[in-house]
Amino acid sequence: MMSALARTPFDRTLLLVIPAAAFMLLLFVYPFLYGLWLSFNPKEGGALANYHHFFTTDNLWPTIWITLKLALPATIINVGIALPIAFKMRVKTRYQRWVTTILVVPITLGTVLIAEGMLLYFGPKGWLSQFLQFFHLYEGPIRLTHNYWGVLISLVISGFPFAFLLILSYITGIDPVLARAAATLGADSRNQFRHIYLPLLAPGLAMCFCLAFVQAFSVFPSAVLLGSPAGPTRVISIAAYEAAFEQYDYSLASAIAMVMGFVQLVIVAAVLSLRNLFYRGPVTGGKG
Amino acid sequence: MKVWLDKAWRGFLLGLMTIFVVNIGLMIAAVATSSFARRWLGTWLPDGWTTSWYTAAWKEFQLFDVLLVTIEVVFAVVFLALLIGVPAAYTLARRDFVGKRALMLLFLLPLMVPPITYGIPLATVLYQAHLAGTIWGVILANLIPAAPFVILVMTPFIEQIDQNLESAARVFGASTGRMFMHILVPLLAPGILAASLLVLVRTIALFELTFLTAGSDSQTLVVALYYAVFAAGVRAPQSVDAMAMIYMAVTLVWLLIALRFVNPTQLVSRVKEHPQHA
Repeated sequence: MMSALARTPFDRTLLLVIPAAAFMLLLFVYPFLYGLWLSFNPKEGGALANYHHFFTTDNLWPTIWITLKLALPATIINVGIALPIAFKMRVKTRYQRWVTTILVVPITLGTVLIAEGMLLYFGPKGWLSQFLQFFHLYEGPIRLTHNYWGVLISLVISGFPFAFLLILSYITGIDPVLARAAATLGADSRNQFRHIYLPLLAPGLAMCFCLAFVQAFSVFPSAVLLGSPAGPTRVISIAAYEAAFEQYDYSLASAIAMVMGFVQLVIVAAVLSLRNLFYRGPVTGGKG
Repeated sequence: MKVWLDKAWRGFLLGLMTIFVVNIGLMIAAVATSSFARRWLGTWLPDGWTTSWYTAAWKEFQLFDVLLVTIEVVFAVVFLALLIGVPAAYTLARRDFVGKRALMLLFLLPLMVPPITYGIPLATVLYQAHLAGTIWGVILANLIPAAPFVILVMTPFIEQIDQNLESAARVFGASTGRMFMHILVPLLAPGILAASLLVLVRTIALFELTFLTAGSDSQTLVVALYYAVFAAGVRAPQSVDAMAMIYMAVTLVWLLIALRFVNPTQLVSRVKEHPQHA
């Protein structure tokens, strides 16, 4: 793929990458490093005072588990449901475009609209509870808002379309010739999935899992609006926001943000190392 | 037995999709009904209908200004993200050089790190530069995930283009700039359109970074909506719902336009037409 130009002493095409790289260095890497430095320079105490404070304060360190308890199930549900549905949708039919469009539309809703809609629809006087009581299916009060479940449901609604879209585009990128070859050897749909698609999808699935997890892990508006931000859904981003904009302790806020980034990276690293257990190679068939 | 299992599985998937779609549909319908309701307390449908909440929301939340800011921010972000993203994607798609992997990582990281994690230090830096609270601060903050996203979407599009076309243009003495304008941009038009519409939809919906960097007169629609819901109780819930409907209409129009031009299956990798199989 190397053109003759690439072998000239200096390739000016490389200059094209500079604006984007400079922008990222200035507005992503620099603030990040600044935040890291700031987190080690607390208002009072030694270099590690912020981290010590975080891991010894009762309304700070549990936020890690609270966030993980929301983000991990939400991501697993989203990827787990999106995978079989995307697998069904890979075949081009008359309905494919319609169904994918309908499933993708919730992307436009945004977390705030979903929260508002859920408060109305799942609320004590909402249509769902009226419906259930009308048909005597369930008489008790429904508690799906202002608690853990409200936040989890909203994470599924807002995260699913994205996971679906991503997995669908990975699946349709796999050459169907491979599956047909398996079919000639007598593999049914389930075996094709297990032995052909799943191994080839592994890198895409890992990527999708990470991206979906980032979204769920930084849950903020729905945890405030749909959860109980003082208790069971006091997620880590709420703690960071409060430190920064209510206590004006940017140093502590940066420390919380760094803990958040660290936990995120641990999960990403775990997922990517799991991926390495699978096959790596081309997803297209040979000429044969 | 196997056939039966297959049928049950298919039915299960269909049921799951139906539950998901129907409940979301009803959820939106509930917001829509409420936004047109005169009074709606614990009945199936409200007592009467009115459109006055829309005019109320328009005035109360200064929606005209908010929409104007949103449009300014979104179009500035799309334009700047393309301006720096497409050339970078071109280099990454065509050239091999020392440090390419590190550069790829640099462009991937903003998508892999939660926005709040870099949003808080970023807001601190922007406040020191007196940019936070202004519309420029919001635009710069929104560019951080937008530019890498353009690069990620555009790279496969560029790889699809035959390199001989570029070489031909070079043979006739075209400079890189001319080659871009006359060869690449026309050929890349579908990809650029796809990327810009996706960035547009994402930027309208991106909450965290705008929330952290916006001042009172540089709020976008989604942040204004958050404050409206957050301070619910002060205002009539119907006018918040009216605002939510306006928000949804704005994003929905753009998403439908996007889906008109972009096949959702075409985002990450090239599509091969899948034949109908038995």
